[in-house]
Amino acid sequence: MTKRVVIVEDEPNIIEAINFILSRDGWDVTVHANGETAVAAVRTARPDVILLDVMLPGRSGYDILKDLRADPDFAALPVLMLTARGQKKDRELADSLGVTRFMTKPFSNAELLAALGEIAAGA
Amino acid sequence: MAGPREPIFLGRETYRRRRLIDAMRLLPVAGALLFLLPLLGGGATPRSTALGGIYLFVAWFGLILAAALFVRALSRAPDGVGSDPLEPEAGPVSEADESRDGPGPEGR
Amino acid sequence: MTSNVLISVSLVYVAFLFLVAFGADKWAHAGRGAWLRSPIVYTLSLSIYCTAWTFYGAVGYAARSGLEFVTIYLGPTLVMVGWWWILRKLVRIGRAQRITSVADLISSRYGKSNLLGVIVTVLAVIGTTPYIALQLQSVTLSLAVFGAEGSGAGLVTADAPATALWVAAGLAVFTVMFGTRNLDVNERHHGVVTAIAVEAVVKLVALLAVGIFVVWGLAGGPTDVARVIEASPISEWQLDSGRWVALTFLSAVAFLTLPRMFQVLVVENVDENQLATASWAFPLYLFLMSLFVVPIAAVGLARLPEGSNPDLFVLTLPLAEGRDGLAMLAFLGGFSSATSMVIVAAIALSTMVSNHIVMPLWLSLRQEGASVSGDVRNVVLIARRVSIAVVLAFGYLYYRFSGGGEALAAIGLISFAGIAQVLPAMLGGLFWRGATRVGAAVGLIAGFTIWAYALFLPSFGPALFSPEMMTHGPWGLGWLRPQALFGVEGMAPVVHALVWSMLVNAALFFLFSLVSFPTPLERLQGAQFVNVFEHSQARRGWARGAAEAEDLLIMAQRIMGGAQAQALFRAQAAEQGKSGYLPDTTPEFLERLERQLSGSVGAATAHAMVGQIVGGAAVSVEDLMAVADETQQMLEYSSQLEAKSEELARTARKLREANEKLTQLSIQKDAFLSQISHELRTPMTSIRAFSEILRDGALDGPAQHHYAGIIQDEAIRLTRLLDDLLDLSVLEAGQVTLNIQQAALGAVLDRAVASANSAGEGRVLDIRRDRAREDVTIETDTDRLAQVFINIIANARKYCDAAEPRLTIWVSKQKGGLVIDFVDNGSGIPAEAEAMVFEKFSRLTDQQKAGGAGLGLAISREIMNKLGGAIAYLPGQGGAAFRVTLPSPEG
Repeated sequence: MTKRVVIVEDEPNIIEAINFILSRDGWDVTVHANGETAVAAVRTARPDVILLDVMLPGRSGYDILKDLRADPDFAALPVLMLTARGQKKDRELADSLGVTRFMTKPFSNAELLAALGEIAAGA
Repeated sequence: MAGPREPIFLGRETYRRRRLIDAMRLLPVAGALLFLLPLLGGGATPRSTALGGIYLFVAWFGLILAAALFVRALSRAPDGVGSDPLEPEAGPVSEADESRDGPGPEGR
Repeated sequence: MTSNVLISVSLVYVAFLFLVAFGADKWAHAGRGAWLRSPIVYTLSLSIYCTAWTFYGAVGYAARSGLEFVTIYLGPTLVMVGWWWILRKLVRIGRAQRITSVADLISSRYGKSNLLGVIVTVLAVIGTTPYIALQLQSVTLSLAVFGAEGSGAGLVTADAPATALWVAAGLAVFTVMFGTRNLDVNERHHGVVTAIAVEAVVKLVALLAVGIFVVWGLAGGPTDVARVIEASPISEWQLDSGRWVALTFLSAVAFLTLPRMFQVLVVENVDENQLATASWAFPLYLFLMSLFVVPIAAVGLARLPEGSNPDLFVLTLPLAEGRDGLAMLAFLGGFSSATSMVIVAAIALSTMVSNHIVMPLWLSLRQEGASVSGDVRNVVLIARRVSIAVVLAFGYLYYRFSGGGEALAAIGLISFAGIAQVLPAMLGGLFWRGATRVGAAVGLIAGFTIWAYALFLPSFGPALFSPEMMTHGPWGLGWLRPQALFGVEGMAPVVHALVWSMLVNAALFFLFSLVSFPTPLERLQGAQFVNVFEHSQARRGWARGAAEAEDLLIMAQRIMGGAQAQALFRAQAAEQGKSGYLPDTTPEFLERLERQLSGSVGAATAHAMVGQIVGGAAVSVEDLMAVADETQQMLEYSSQLEAKSEELARTARKLREANEKLTQLSIQKDAFLSQISHELRTPMTSIRAFSEILRDGALDGPAQHHYAGIIQDEAIRLTRLLDDLLDLSVLEAGQVTLNIQQAALGAVLDRAVASANSAGEGRVLDIRRDRAREDVTIETDTDRLAQVFINIIANARKYCDAAEPRLTIWVSKQKGGLVIDFVDNGSGIPAEAEAMVFEKFSRLTDQQKAGGAGLGLAISREIMNKLGGAIAYLPGQGGAAFRVTLPSPEG
């Protein structure tokens, strides 16, 4: 069964890279670049896992995470957060909001795939 | 009877001196009147310059004489000419005078 | 008798005067010579009222106007006879306050106002100089009479101006020698006063001798004289009642206000009881001086040839009768009259000039002020000496240029009327506590102006005021005719000027005193003057009224502060069982107040201040000055404190601002670290991901190429970021080398616009420019300037949130240089962020709008600093607006 993933990310080059990697690994990838409409997009797409960037135009990844966790449908949805700001307090904030996994950019492709596989399986 | 009379006598002396000073204050007024008297006749009627002059000088001399007499009289007073007639009548001057000049009220 | 004999006798006489003055000074210095203080010497010194104008002029006056001359002596007689009223108070104040002159009196009364001192001094100098000239003229004329009569060489007659010059110079030497020997604390000059007393005797004896000779020697007794008078033209004189009253009043006023009279009457007075004797003795002196005036005039008119100058009858009558000895005596009498007046006037004027004009100037020119007291005394002496010389030089010059003669003869009364303007301020200050400095100044200036316009200036004749102006008024304004102000006609010019000037002077003095408010020092001095008798005579006990308690409260408030002083006074009043703030000034209370005050100003000052108000102790001039100084210092100190606390508040405000900025910066720094991390990691993420993908292989050619291209782009983005950081650090370290070149501003803007538009995303920015205004040649590093412009334009492209973004570039020349404004039509920068836009790494939104890490404006600011210009955010322009200022090409 093909697992579905929604990527919420605004950097085109990174989207392209992640899209390529996940598609190559057999994921069904949906990309969404806007923070404000991200929650609605997730609701439509019904993914198995979400790949969420922190710094987004419109709304930050934290806000989106908070909204998702507030929705019973997505309270347990695995979310992998990606951030280019690798500070400790960012990780703490994400943990407190109920993130499933937190990764700092840049990452190795294998690492990303492994993490995504793990949380998707755990779900 | 003798007791009460002493302060009255002392008071009278002070009183005299005050009246003397009053008269002195009037002196310039009297002088001004005397000197302005020629004006009352008006300048129209011709009059003797010599007589006018004599009148003026006599009046003048009289004024000087009066002033001299007043000063003489005043210098005989207990305080001499140094007393201060501009002090208020009920002011410290009389206090000082009475207490200085002998028994005063205690004499009763 | 030859002029040589005359000159010899004069010189011997002068030498004798020198000896008298010298001896008297020595005696006084040694503490001997009680007779110097005798009332007779004092009375005789007052005789400087009788100048040569009296000695010679009275006879001339009588020959022309009959008995009117006597008014000049009736006025002072009335004043002296009524001495209790004014003179004693004047003398007491003069002694208590150590007054040195009329100017000092007025200045001191009105809060030690130097302005008033200067006004009175100027008035006195203008009023007295012609009078001195008159004396010089009389000496010269009398010498000339001898020259004409005698057979001798024309040493005297040949050159009248030269004679006047010698006389003036001689008088200057005498005055300097005896008038400025020392700086006596109370300005008394025993030598001068004694010499003047001797001269007074000489002139009285001389005039009496001539009179007796005329009456009994020539006319044959009083009866004959009366007949001669009746027959002479004198008896035709008309009594002008207006002039009679006005001149009597005028002479009475002048007797009080003339600087030289004030000098002998008040300053040189050593014992106020002398006034008692002088009150009748001086009128007697005047009486005797006037006694033979009319007879001499009548006999002179009858006996001497037609056309003889009646002003010189006193001399020419004895000469014509061959009585050389008597003529000699008469000459010495006239000489004495002239010299004594000049000497005292010069002393009085020089005191005023040096105290109120020279010293204030000198002190203000020296930075240290009056702290070096040793020096000042010397300077004062020199100033006095120079002033004496200058005053006499003025007199001499006036004599030379007025041409002598008739013009001078009339100056006596004019001079009187001028100095009489001091009267309202003087009497008002003596008897009315409500008189203020403003009132005095306004009254004085107004009175003086009217006097000058209506009397003094017209006396110079057609040279100043044309006959047409005198009859029709200036510019044809009839009501401004100098001798008929407001259409009041028919009065003698002197009376007219006197009435107007005194009326206006007194009215304005009164009015402005009512509406103005005195300074504390003025109030203090006013109380000191008006209540001089209560203040200066120590009494047992302190039975005082509420007026003093109020004064004490006013003073205490100034020193202790309002609330504290009021509390003290109220508590004290309550203790005495009184309500309100004004307790009885009992000794206990005064002691307590003094103690309280001494906490603030020191014991000596506190004592002096309390004493000054309740009059418990004689207050010396030093105490007064100390009070004034300390009050001044306290005022300065408190204003310094005020300034300091203001400064403190300013510093605190700055600190708060700095702190705010620091806090902001710290937040900013954290944000930047995240930001820079983000900026670096984002391209790195792409680079790493794609390089791994490429390494994994199994890609077709185009894909491989595409991914390699992305890696390259991201690498370039990283490089640009690093370049920016490097650029900024170089600029901040000041290691940048500028490449200065000339270019047209328009061209630089063209380049910037093109460059900013070419880079990056495709938003359309409508750029509006006015090419004509950009046609300016600038000389600067144009590449760097373009960098700034690019940054601003790129920012507008990135951040302008208008639907149709538009940027207006507007060039203008202003004082600071060339100004280039960039204004867009977006929503601008919020006020709270304005302070931060030029800080490094600040990006106003979290939106990742486009390249750069928020370093652009920081770099721009550094560049503009290097170029000698500036970049600033302009608030309130309807959008984001940046102003770039370039220094003007010339500068």
